[in-house]
Amino acid sequence: MIRARDLRHRYPNGVAALDGVGLDVAAGERVAVLGPNGAGKTTLMLRIGGLLAGDGELAVDGRVGLVFQDPDDQLFMPTVREDVAFGPLNLGCTRAEALDRVGEALAAVRMEHVAGRAPHQLSLGQRRRVAIATVLAMRPWLLVLDEPSANLDPRSRRELLEVLDGLGGTMLVVTHDLPFAAVLCERALVLSGGRFAADGPCLDVLGDEALLARHDLELPEGFDLARLAPWGRIAA
Amino acid sequence: MSAHDLSAIGLAGDPASPIHRLDPRVKLLGLAGVTVVAVSTPLRAWPAFAACALALVAVAALARVTPRTLWQRARIVLPLVLFVAAFAPFARPGGARVDLGPLTVSEAGLAVFAAVSAKAVIGTVSAVLLGATTTFPAVLHALERLRAPRLPVLIAGFMYRYLFVVAAEAGRMRTALAARAYRPRHALQAAAIGRAATALFLRTHARAERVHLAMLARGYREGMPRLDALALRRPDAVFAAALAAALLPARLLAEGVL
Repeated sequence: MIRARDLRHRYPNGVAALDGVGLDVAAGERVAVLGPNGAGKTTLMLRIGGLLAGDGELAVDGRVGLVFQDPDDQLFMPTVREDVAFGPLNLGCTRAEALDRVGEALAAVRMEHVAGRAPHQLSLGQRRRVAIATVLAMRPWLLVLDEPSANLDPRSRRELLEVLDGLGGTMLVVTHDLPFAAVLCERALVLSGGRFAADGPCLDVLGDEALLARHDLELPEGFDLARLAPWGRIAA
Repeated sequence: MSAHDLSAIGLAGDPASPIHRLDPRVKLLGLAGVTVVAVSTPLRAWPAFAACALALVAVAALARVTPRTLWQRARIVLPLVLFVAAFAPFARPGGARVDLGPLTVSEAGLAVFAAVSAKAVIGTVSAVLLGATTTFPAVLHALERLRAPRLPVLIAGFMYRYLFVVAAEAGRMRTALAARAYRPRHALQAAAIGRAATALFLRTHARAERVHLAMLARGYREGMPRLDALALRRPDAVFAAALAAALLPARLLAEGVL
C-alpha cells in the first residue's frame, strides 16, 4: 500500500506545491488524482516516485513506475526494444531476462510489432503506450501516469484506456480528462492548492458539480455520468 | 534544419548487403583506415590514392550505394574542403608557371591542389560510406566498445535521438512565423529568428531536465546499459584482410619500403 502523511514541498521560488498531503492507497486500487493546473499534481507524482525530496512521511510497498506526460522525454534510446530494456538492465537483469521482460511489457501494451523501430517513427499514441511498457518492464508495484490521455485522438485514447484497463495492479492516474478517470478508476482525489479537497468513489466526486466548479474542473458538455457502468465500459 | 533535410542521413543502398551486415567496429576502423592512408600518403604517390579509391568503389558496389547517393551526401561537406585546397595553386610557388587568363598559378601549387583534393574526396567518401552502411546508433556502439571517451559518445547519442524532436519543433516555429506573414527582407528583421532560437533553446533545456528525471526514474546511475553485444565473425575478418591487402602495398610503396 501507499501511506503518505503530511507531504510538503516548496519550490525555490517560494511556491508551496504540496501543502500537507496525506494519502492511503490499498493494493490493486485505481485512483484518479484530479486537479486544476498548478494544483501540485506533478510534484506529488515526483514525490511518490522518490525523485523529489521534501518533508513528510512516505511509505510505498514496492517499486514505483512513473510514466511522464511527454513520451519524448521518456523514450531516449535509439530503438523501442533498447528503451524498454533500459530499466530492467539498470535493475541488474541479464540480457536474456531483459529481453523476456521487453517482450512481456510490449505485449501488455500491444506494441510488439514496433520493437525494432526508432521512437520518432511512431505516432503519439504508440509512443505513449511504449512509454508505459518501459515502466512495466521494471515490474512496478505502483504505476503512476501523468496525463496519459493528453493530446490523443479519440481512437488512440480508447485503445490506451483498454490497455490500462487490462493491466491490473495499483495505479495512480493524474489527469484532468474526467471521463477517462470515470471509466478507469473507482476512486478519485481532488488536489487543489497543494492539498486534497475531496476523496471518494470516482462517480460520486465527478457527480458533485459544485465541488468540480470550485476547483476549475468540468465534465465535457453533454457528458452523462449515468450512462457509465461503475468503473466499467461506457454503456452501448 | 527541416525534417526533409534529415533524409540525407541514415542507411542507403541494400540494407541486407554483406557490407551493411559487418560489425560496425570493423567498418569504422576500416573506413577510417582508408582515410588515414590517403591523408598520410606523400603528395605524388598516386598509386596509393588509386588503391584507396578502388577500395571505396568496391565497398560502395558491394553495399549497392549508388554514385548518386554518394554525390548527394558528399556535396554537403566537399565544397568547403575543396575551397581551402583551391588556394594552393596561387599560394605555393615552385615549378613552371601556368597562365590562366588574368591569373598565374604554379605547377607545384597545382600538384598540391590535385593531391589535397584527392585526399579530401577519399576522406569524405569514406565517411559517407560508413554513414550509408551503418546506423548512427551502431557507430556509437562501436565507438563505445573501442573505448572512446564515454561522455562524448553519450552526448552524441542524445543529439541523434533529439535531433528529430528539435527539428520538428523548429519546423513548427518556422511555419508559425510564416503564418503571421514573417518574410525577412533585411538583416534587422532577423531578430524574430533570434527570439525563436532562444525559445527553442529554453524548451530544449527544459526537456533535458525532464529526460534526466525520466532516466533517474528508471534506475539510471551512470553509463548506458547495452542490450546487444557485438561479435566479430568471419566476414569481418575477410573485410579487414581485403582492405589491408588493397591499401598497405601501395602505401608502403609510397614510402619506398617495398
